[in-house]
Amino acid sequence: MTRQSTLHFHRMKDMPSSHLLGTGTPMCAGCGGLETLHTLYDILGDKTVFVNAAGCMTLLSVYPFTPFRGGWLYTAMASAPAGAQGVRDAVDILLQKHKLQADEDVEVVVITGDGAAYGMGLSATSAAMDRKLDFIYLCYDNEGYGNTGQQYSAATPHAAITSTSKGSRGYPGYKKDLFSIWAAHNPAYVATVIAAEPLDLAKKIEKLQSLSGPRMLISLAPCPTGWDYDPQLSVEIGRLAVQTGVWPLKEFIDGELRHTRVPKQRKPVDEYLKLQGRFRHLFEPRYDSGAIAEIQARIDEYWARVVS
Amino acid sequence: MTRKLVTGNSAAAWGARLAGVDYIPAFPITPQTEIIEDLAAWIDRGEMDARLVTLESEHSMITAAGSAASSGVRAFTATSSQGLLYGMEMIYTVAGWRTPFVLVNVSRGLASPITLESDHNDIMAARDSGFVQIHCATCQEIADGVLLAYRLAEHPQVRVPAIVNLDGFYLSFTREPVDLADASKARAFVGEYDPENLQFRGNSPLSQAMAVLGGGPYSYFRYQAHLALQQALAVYDEIADEFAEIFGRRYQMIDCYRMEDAEYVFVMLGSFSTKARDAVDSLRAAGWKTGLLRPRLFRPFPQAQIRQLLQGRRAVAVIDQNISMGMGGVLHSEFTSALYGTGDAPLVASYIGGLGGRNISQQEFFAIANELEQAYEEGAAPPPRLLYTEEELTEMRKLQAIAQAEHAQIHHN
Repeated sequence: MTRQSTLHFHRMKDMPSSHLLGTGTPMCAGCGGLETLHTLYDILGDKTVFVNAAGCMTLLSVYPFTPFRGGWLYTAMASAPAGAQGVRDAVDILLQKHKLQADEDVEVVVITGDGAAYGMGLSATSAAMDRKLDFIYLCYDNEGYGNTGQQYSAATPHAAITSTSKGSRGYPGYKKDLFSIWAAHNPAYVATVIAAEPLDLAKKIEKLQSLSGPRMLISLAPCPTGWDYDPQLSVEIGRLAVQTGVWPLKEFIDGELRHTRVPKQRKPVDEYLKLQGRFRHLFEPRYDSGAIAEIQARIDEYWARVVS
Repeated sequence: MTRKLVTGNSAAAWGARLAGVDYIPAFPITPQTEIIEDLAAWIDRGEMDARLVTLESEHSMITAAGSAASSGVRAFTATSSQGLLYGMEMIYTVAGWRTPFVLVNVSRGLASPITLESDHNDIMAARDSGFVQIHCATCQEIADGVLLAYRLAEHPQVRVPAIVNLDGFYLSFTREPVDLADASKARAFVGEYDPENLQFRGNSPLSQAMAVLGGGPYSYFRYQAHLALQQALAVYDEIADEFAEIFGRRYQMIDCYRMEDAEYVFVMLGSFSTKARDAVDSLRAAGWKTGLLRPRLFRPFPQAQIRQLLQGRRAVAVIDQNISMGMGGVLHSEFTSALYGTGDAPLVASYIGGLGGRNISQQEFFAIANELEQAYEEGAAPPPRLLYTEEELTEMRKLQAIAQAEHAQIHHN
């Protein structure tokens, strides 16, 4: 496929002004995952086949309606990357045999939540990277099994209340470092993104369009229903995730790790946590300085390694 | 046409090669692995124009087979036993996609305990999935069965995936002379893959496998798949006739052996039925009017044909190489269900045999014939039997004695 991007994202007015993805989907108001998908789809265009795993976005296409202008295939929770393999291989075979014309080629994009990406689907994802499958993978990471009511997953951050960690200390585990796990496979591209930083997101999409092979995106997806906040705060919470250093924006390409946004003056993590009901127990009935200090210390430790 | 001495696995690979498959998602498992090794070797040597990709599991493998077939290419894949079960979520899922491709299953007993030998519980687990099932008893049937399966699966009135089943070891590793169809004739018989409306391409919106809301649309699509499988019965006969015209071998959906005047009938699936065939000959020589009935097509289940073939017989022994725990033989249930309420139905007796490759001896077939005769005279079917001999029990007791002695030794120390 020819991958000549003519887009250059320098400022907000360079962003696509209308959305390809149709309206009226059953996604929640303020869904951070849907915002990332909009930007991805707007930039990739409609010659795209989305291969979906069980998760919130399963409900994007409900018979007989679809918001997609191109292709959509629902698979199962564990095997969306394998579904992408079959589509990619079939299209390649048909192109090679001249049963498809070059302009009928498609970009194959896996979309899964963190439940599939961090857990059940990790083996299929790992193998797709082993095989150097030419595809894009978007994980919308809302840090829990959101579609079933936000039970904790391997992506859930320390201390978050979920519907299976309702105790006074929240989730006792720590968020798994999927970025590093993916990067260890040395795919063509790995990046973390967030819809609240659209230029960073657009630049990364533009970059992955110029590459072939496995191109992997993890988008932190602020989730009003799962994180318990007012939908109008989604963008603000997303920005705070970056400004506090909770969600480092970075990319891994040709064996090199680069942070695309290093906050000069990181805001205290309190500002991010206090807007979300899942962390309310850290502030009420009394300020849990110990737990918050531990969360802050982990963030500081991370950035100390980056900046040094 | 070439006559070659090939194993059942190799015959399956030849079937895929002759069908002109484009794409083979693969994953190794005993006793199937030789199929994908043969195909990989042919592709490497440039003898076959296809792409083989090893996935990391059968779950992924079946997903890729379904998604490739949904994207416009002819796909083939193969598995066995634990692999079929590991991929079972996708077996049901891709059948619902109504995407035609062929999967060869080499039957092997299921864990636990784990074994490598032949048994039909694996394939029975896929019974209700929406796949067509063709069961083979010879290597010739395997090579031909794959060609028939593609035609049936891809037929406009059917459009579902198909499984061609063969028995591990008994067929997978047994060499038999096989007439391999002439490549161009085989291709002409199978034809070009027509993806119909299933093809992802740029400039053409297509949604596959969408969610539905509510039982109305869900039931509609499920009924559609069921009706398509039922239509496959009539379509099968058309295709089998066409195959016979070209290749000279007519595969009935139910294989009958010496059934013309048979009073007592053995019913079996797959290659173990050849043991019953021998027994029929011996019993006939001793003056018994016995016969063998072997469904080749198991899904769709040819109920009307079974009724017709068994009406007026004295008694039928259904010998299941599977066991539905707490119920008994699956085939037995299906036969009694097909025959219930029809006038002049024979008595139907249930036997479980051949689990995990366990032999069924000629003496056992003779004993079964005796029981059938007695049942007929008494007018009542005997209780279900789990075939097992005194000798086997003695051998089992010896193994247990060793296990107990070893256990005692460990605890003594």
